[in-house]
Amino acid sequence: MRVVVCTKETPDTAAKVEVDADGNVTWGDAPLVINPWDEYAVEEAILLKDRGVTTSTVLGVGTETTKEALKHALAMGCDEAVLVSDEAFEGADTLVVSHALAQAIKKMDEVGLVLFGRETTDGGSGQVPVQVGRWLGWNTLTFVSKIVEIDFEAGTIKVERLLEEGKEIVEGRLPAVVSVVKGINEPRYPSFMGIRKASRAEIPVWSAAEIGFDESLKPKVTWPEIYALPPREGECEIIEAETAEEAAAILADRLIAEKVV
Amino acid sequence: MSGVWVWVEQHDGQAASVSWEAVGLARTLADGLGEPVTALVFGMNAAALAQEAIQRGADNALVCEDETLAAFRLEPYASLLSGLAQERQPDVILAGATTRGSDIMGAAAVDLKAGLIAGAVGAELSDGRIVATVPVYSGKLMSKVTIPEGSPQMLTIRNRAFAALEPDAGRSGEVETVAPVLPEDEIMSKVVGFEAAEGEISLTDAAIIVSGGRGVGGPEGFEPLQELCDVLGAALGASRAAVDAGWISYEHQVGQTGKTVSPDLYIACGISGAVQHQAGMRTSKVIVAINKDPEAPIFKLAHYGVVDDLFKVVPALTQAFRERLGK
Ligand SMILES: Cc1cc2nc3c(=O)[nH]c(=O)nc-3n(C[C@H](O)[C@H](O)[C@H](O)COP(=O)(O)OP(=O)(O)OC[C@H]3O[C@@H](n4cnc5c(N)ncnc54)[C@H](O)[C@@H]3O)c2cc1C
Ligand SMILES: Nc1ncnc2c1ncn2[C@@H]1O[C@H](COP(=O)(O)O)[C@@H](O)[C@H]1O
Repeated sequence: MRVVVCTKETPDTAAKVEVDADGNVTWGDAPLVINPWDEYAVEEAILLKDRGVTTSTVLGVGTETTKEALKHALAMGCDEAVLVSDEAFEGADTLVVSHALAQAIKKMDEVGLVLFGRETTDGGSGQVPVQVGRWLGWNTLTFVSKIVEIDFEAGTIKVERLLEEGKEIVEGRLPAVVSVVKGINEPRYPSFMGIRKASRAEIPVWSAAEIGFDESLKPKVTWPEIYALPPREGECEIIEAETAEEAAAILADRLIAEKVV
Repeated sequence: MSGVWVWVEQHDGQAASVSWEAVGLARTLADGLGEPVTALVFGMNAAALAQEAIQRGADNALVCEDETLAAFRLEPYASLLSGLAQERQPDVILAGATTRGSDIMGAAAVDLKAGLIAGAVGAELSDGRIVATVPVYSGKLMSKVTIPEGSPQMLTIRNRAFAALEPDAGRSGEVETVAPVLPEDEIMSKVVGFEAAEGEISLTDAAIIVSGGRGVGGPEGFEPLQELCDVLGAALGASRAAVDAGWISYEHQVGQTGKTVSPDLYIACGISGAVQHQAGMRTSKVIVAINKDPEAPIFKLAHYGVVDDLFKVVPALTQAFRERLGK
């Protein structure tokens, strides 16, 4: 049984992200890394090796730089990687990306489970997993904090989902599409051997035509302008006082006057 | 193409507060477009919410009550929404950018081959199209986002970004009952249990948040913060350092890999203010930092700061508010 993990690259979270004079987003010389949320999905795929998975395939839709994220997943322990790349995805929105991912997944055999991170730290819509699930018509379980049971032979899965009001336990059928949240596991660091193996890996690139992508599907959403938040006006008022009690009293009065308490 | 629709999210008959914010936004958009607002209420025993939606700004409502809709599940909910939209062709569909809102809207957008703008914090009309404002790069940048052609224009909104309208008992409107579309045996999952979260106030809904970081020193270090929360009616937040140390559960984490919050007041105690933490809380209206280190980056973001030991300042602050608020 195969498990597929979907991932892409994002600028390192510590990067100073800015908009240049031409309106392009830049992050200096900060590296592109695997989207941090996806490390949990990769780890979960590796852990499932003990539970009936024979092959873990990491899949990304993007460009040459997406290979960085795919290689990180290989270095962590995934078995193989596939990059889907094509000019047809230029300006893609989540509808286009999710369709491409779903088509690539359909091309693979014996897929029992598809894992996702909960969202990307750049686009950050969190919509791709549910949309892939819908294109595939598979059971879709988002915000999963624990895979309680999974039985590939019986075709069943039981998970715990993290919702706003608490934890929900859901049972359902396989194949399934699952997005995971932090806390489901503790992602491992790639081993030295893993890094060596990944650096030598030849990653196949599939085109839109090869996956049967519907080229009549065009992005619906556009981003006419990206800009930095204006810096916060005014300085921080440091409350100076002899004692903590005095400082607290002044602060309490200020906050009541601001009408936020 | 006509009408602004709002999917009213509910759990156990209780509406998500962001749904009323969505109705408030729908009212503004619909007035600009000269179209009616329709509230969609799905669930069991949820019909009362249709009336409340109308009182809060909707013109009419579509209600579907069925056993298959008792707990939210993606397929029966999404198929119902997209089926209704295919049949009646709304111009706009709104929902909260919650876990359920993202699920139903994402799936329905695929069914409808519609554009979906996720997680908006602002929205206005330009030539009859929605131009939304969406935080990107984990809140480090903002983007204008739009769907230039086609309908429906689908949009999810973040909590506390738009104002809800106060219920007006004088408002009335038609409530139409619609039939469910998926029988139980075509639904691929079953909800078999639910465990309510501890802590009664959710972080994303809270008007005040008191957060603790590595500076609280251990699980017991959150106790004085919890006392301040109790006096202020605030929710308890945390930095990732505190969560990773195992002092408090992940549900409390604020930041890039935690929750994005936007309260009226955010009190950061023993938090240095790393960019990843700021990403989750920088849009708070008033930010207070309590930190021993005057050089901590959090002071660059904060409106008020106290440079001192949090274990002295926080209890004193609790006491000061207790006196002033008469609690
Ligand atoms: C991929 C990635 C994602 C991340 N996501 C998040 C996220 O979602 N949320 C998040 O918060 N972080 C996140 N981080 C971590 C972030 O980079 C910081 O490490 C973290 O926010 C630091 O937490 P802190 O401020 O509590 O701890 P520290 O940086 O250690 O700061 C502790 C502060 O407490 C002060 N202090 C100590 N004792 C006292 C005292 N008695 N009284 C007053 N002040 C005191 C110190 O002066 C110091 O400023 C992420 C990091 C990465 C790499
Ligand atoms: N281009 C992509 N290629 C592969 N996986 C992706 C891509 N974009 C998003 N994903 C997956 O979908 C999740 C949610 O992303 P998003 O909806 O963009 O916030 C991510 O955590 C990834 O697992």
